[in-house]
Amino acid sequence: MNARQIHEMGVAELAAAIADKQTSSVEAAQALLARARQHESLGAYLAFNEDATLAQARAADARVAAGERSPLLGVPVAHKDIFVTRDFPTTAGSKMLAGYQSPFDATVVARLAGAGAVTLGKLNCDEFAMGGSNENSAYAVAHNPWDTSRVPGGSSGGSAVAVAARLAPAVTGTDTGGSIRQPASFCNVTGIKPTYGRCSRYGMVAFASSLDQAGPMARSAADCATLLTAMAGPDIDRDSTSLDRPAEDYTAWLGKPREGASAAQPLKGLRIGLPKEFFGEGCAPDVIAAVRAALAEYEKLGATLVDVSLPRTELSIPVYYIIAPAEASSNLSRFDGVKFGHRAAQYDDLVDMYQKTRSEGFGPEVQRRIMIGTYVLSHGYYDAYYLKAQQIRRLIAQDFQQAFTQCDVIAGPVAPTVAWKIGEKGDDPVANYLADIFTLPGSLAGLPGMSVPAGFGAGGLPVGLQLLGNYFQEGELLQAAHAFQQATDWHTRSPEGF
Amino acid sequence: MSLTPNDIGRIAKLARLELSGPQSERMLGQLNGFFDIVEQMNAVDTTGVEPLAHPTAVIGEVALRLRPDVVSEPNNREANQKSAPAVERGLFLVPKVIE
Amino acid sequence: MSKQKQASLLVQGYEVVIGFETHAQLATNSKIFSRAATAFGAEPNTQACAVDLALPGTLPVMNRAAVEHAIRFGLAVGAHVAEQSVFARKNYFYPDLPKGYQISQFEIPVVQGGEVSFYLGDEKKTVRLVRAHLEEDAGKSLHEDFIGQSGIDLNRAGTPLLEIVTEPDIRSSAEAVAYAKELHKIVTWIGICDGNMQEGSFRCDANVSVRKPGEPLGTRREIKNLNSFKFMQQAIDYEVRWQIEQLEDGYEIQQATVLFDPDTGETRAMRTKEDAADYRYFPDPDLPPLVVARSWVDEVKAAMPELPRAMAERLVADYGLPEYDATTLTQSPAMAAYFEVAAKASGQAKMASNWIMGEVSRRLNNEEKDIAQVPVSAETLAALLKRIADGTVSNNAAKQVMDALWSGEGQDVDAVIEAKGLKQMNDSGALEAIIDEVMAANAPMVVQFRAGKDKAFNALVGLVMKASKGKANPQQVNDVLRQKLG
Repeated sequence: MNARQIHEMGVAELAAAIADKQTSSVEAAQALLARARQHESLGAYLAFNEDATLAQARAADARVAAGERSPLLGVPVAHKDIFVTRDFPTTAGSKMLAGYQSPFDATVVARLAGAGAVTLGKLNCDEFAMGGSNENSAYAVAHNPWDTSRVPGGSSGGSAVAVAARLAPAVTGTDTGGSIRQPASFCNVTGIKPTYGRCSRYGMVAFASSLDQAGPMARSAADCATLLTAMAGPDIDRDSTSLDRPAEDYTAWLGKPREGASAAQPLKGLRIGLPKEFFGEGCAPDVIAAVRAALAEYEKLGATLVDVSLPRTELSIPVYYIIAPAEASSNLSRFDGVKFGHRAAQYDDLVDMYQKTRSEGFGPEVQRRIMIGTYVLSHGYYDAYYLKAQQIRRLIAQDFQQAFTQCDVIAGPVAPTVAWKIGEKGDDPVANYLADIFTLPGSLAGLPGMSVPAGFGAGGLPVGLQLLGNYFQEGELLQAAHAFQQATDWHTRSPEGF
Repeated sequence: MSLTPNDIGRIAKLARLELSGPQSERMLGQLNGFFDIVEQMNAVDTTGVEPLAHPTAVIGEVALRLRPDVVSEPNNREANQKSAPAVERGLFLVPKVIE
Repeated sequence: MSKQKQASLLVQGYEVVIGFETHAQLATNSKIFSRAATAFGAEPNTQACAVDLALPGTLPVMNRAAVEHAIRFGLAVGAHVAEQSVFARKNYFYPDLPKGYQISQFEIPVVQGGEVSFYLGDEKKTVRLVRAHLEEDAGKSLHEDFIGQSGIDLNRAGTPLLEIVTEPDIRSSAEAVAYAKELHKIVTWIGICDGNMQEGSFRCDANVSVRKPGEPLGTRREIKNLNSFKFMQQAIDYEVRWQIEQLEDGYEIQQATVLFDPDTGETRAMRTKEDAADYRYFPDPDLPPLVVARSWVDEVKAAMPELPRAMAERLVADYGLPEYDATTLTQSPAMAAYFEVAAKASGQAKMASNWIMGEVSRRLNNEEKDIAQVPVSAETLAALLKRIADGTVSNNAAKQVMDALWSGEGQDVDAVIEAKGLKQMNDSGALEAIIDEVMAANAPMVVQFRAGKDKAFNALVGLVMKASKGKANPQQVNDVLRQKLG
């Protein structure tokens, strides 16, 4: 099997090819590593360890030779550099962790490895997952393969680039305020953020503890389902926020028609709620057009569209940008130059060491969020900011429950625009924060959400359709996404030259 | 509700961050810009609303799981200290801590 | 308290107000949020796992035994055990605090209220508790071996602590020590803490202030790390005198944290921490609320031993013992049990108490042994006590019997008495004969006594005892000699 075809294959196809001995895990890994080096200028990867990758690939091939067959066996994947890995350095996109070697693997990484997946390398991201464009990475800007002068989105920018440019058939990302969904939308990639607590957070460098979730990104809902099945499930021993719900086989939802539905109209009975707040002036017309066209397809598949309201959508911006930085400011206190990570070279005393270390190690956006977080938790401000935000958070979550009495799934745009030019949003944090308006509400409520390629907007740039489900309804979402992907081919498109 | 340069100094100290003069000024402007949009929250009536600390608590009780009191982490000092900036005889070294 | 008593506690006219905070290390095998060991004395950082070191990606998982210990404590002090309590992060930077925050409890602790009662002299005191909450211990900084640097050992980081806070009910340094000793007894009695103060298992901080009676509370200073009862009283006394001196000289007391230096006997303020108190507490998002069901509390209650104060009161009531004896005997469950067996088997409660507090404790202390290692069983002691009571041996002779029993020469009391020929002479005829002999041989002394010199009597008693080779029953000698002397 020659190199060109390996990168064209998604997870299912590649797993089958390896199982049928048409190729090997080693061959696939080598081909994809070569391709990654060929496209280094995209800034997708931060680290490789070829010896480790090939050792994993050889072990997978041995399992295949022993007769084992499973959906991820031998399949090369890559991990967002937020997940700690024993065999690869972890930086979380920050100078603070330059060269850091974790003595353990993140649970999600270990589970994928246990299922036979092979790690190609670590993927670029916004520093400590803070950002929506990958421009906050301390190491390299990542480029959207659809237009390399544009951002791929963030914070899982490197992850989205790797899938879109076909450097890897599937990757892991993390989503705190939209960091899987938004880059997926910008890069024509399928991604899912599960219900909060569905995937273990053990081994994810913490940003905002009550919001962070791991999830897969790939070329199809089907491939996402395969990865999510391996990634998700209780981690009772290590993560106290991990849900004690039995692991599920999400692939069982694919192609399964809804009750009472037919092959022709597989989504009959599915009520799709459209929040009026997601379709107003705040969203660019080209995005709305692509989303509405996608929704028309859903109607053809048997779904009905219903108007709903999420009245506190706009409030999700201040609420999120108080809660997330507050938690982050505390989570990042461990970076003090004492036990691991960067330490300043020159300092006068302990306090000076702390200050210089942290000021050198953290980039401007991280420092900004630490400042916000520290402020809203500080004496005299806690009630007015942090506590108030958590109260409104509950109201936002209740708004969703109200909406779900009228629909099964909520749909709308992922982001107000298509990908913008690198450097365009400048240093103005608020401009960046406002762009998160459609993904933040689902994050605050802890609901599962997907981005599904839905077409193209201005400049031929990808537009994703966001699907939000009620708690624990990852299966329903994947089912709805898969049905759409059986009837359309947006998700199969690749950017020219990749 | 506007922050002052004093606030910036105080918060930076709490967070062990060192901001230069221009950096402080820029930070002040950016934070004030941010807190302008935060003002929206004041208009929301949250009387009697429980804060939502754990998202899935909206649909059911979330309780802390307890594990048995068993030691299962052996000595892993070498691996754990691999990325330490300064170590001597197994101890992490820092500038002298004055009490 | 009577005005007299209150007045008698005043120091130079000032009332002393003390509140205590005690950190008791809970005796669990693993840490509160990680599965590393808690044993004392390991090589640096060999008991600090990834979670304890706050390595990126690590998360806390709660130790059930730590919660159970907290419940036990709550029941022991009559407190309310909260059905739901919350863990909060206390944020500050310090090298021995790996996460840059301590996981503790802030607004809603697991144990609320409660009280500790004890005797100060013959007066019963009760100190009210505000709360007791669970939190994790920090690591240790070592300064001696490094120049200009400190070495950080995180073995202790993550050890479970119960922080026990009192109302400012204490009014003297003596009362403070008595409270601390009683609290120490409670936590070791119920088995939640090993109480080893040298190893840091039981650490006390005293918040001390003074005021003129009737005035509002003065500004308090906190004396940290009082880790011995001896220094505790010294430190508080010094601090009180220092504060009074300051006030008398016209200065105000500034809130501060102070350390006691046992070498100088003085308290000295620690380097002031700017922005001291902004810990930015917020509920820890990594830990859902702790739920303690009523049924669990009931289970723990059913398994609780009788508590020392209650047992002491029972010993006073049932055995007629003085309060002092009861308090001393209830220093540990094993000691109290030993007493009860001996008292019941011998029927001589007070004698048993005297012997246990005296002869037995003395020998145990000399050999640095615990009551658990006592070589003479309570039943054997009881047998010996019976022989004293029935006059078979004198008290002095009994001590010799004890020597033999203790060193393992024999286990049977009567056999040892026989073997050593320690039986008291009870034969009145033989005794009279000896007394007559002595009186005859010491006629001048007899004359002296009859002439009014009482001392002569004791000398004669001594001679009789000697002549009987110690076997005479002293009481009998007294009676008969008096009779004969007239």
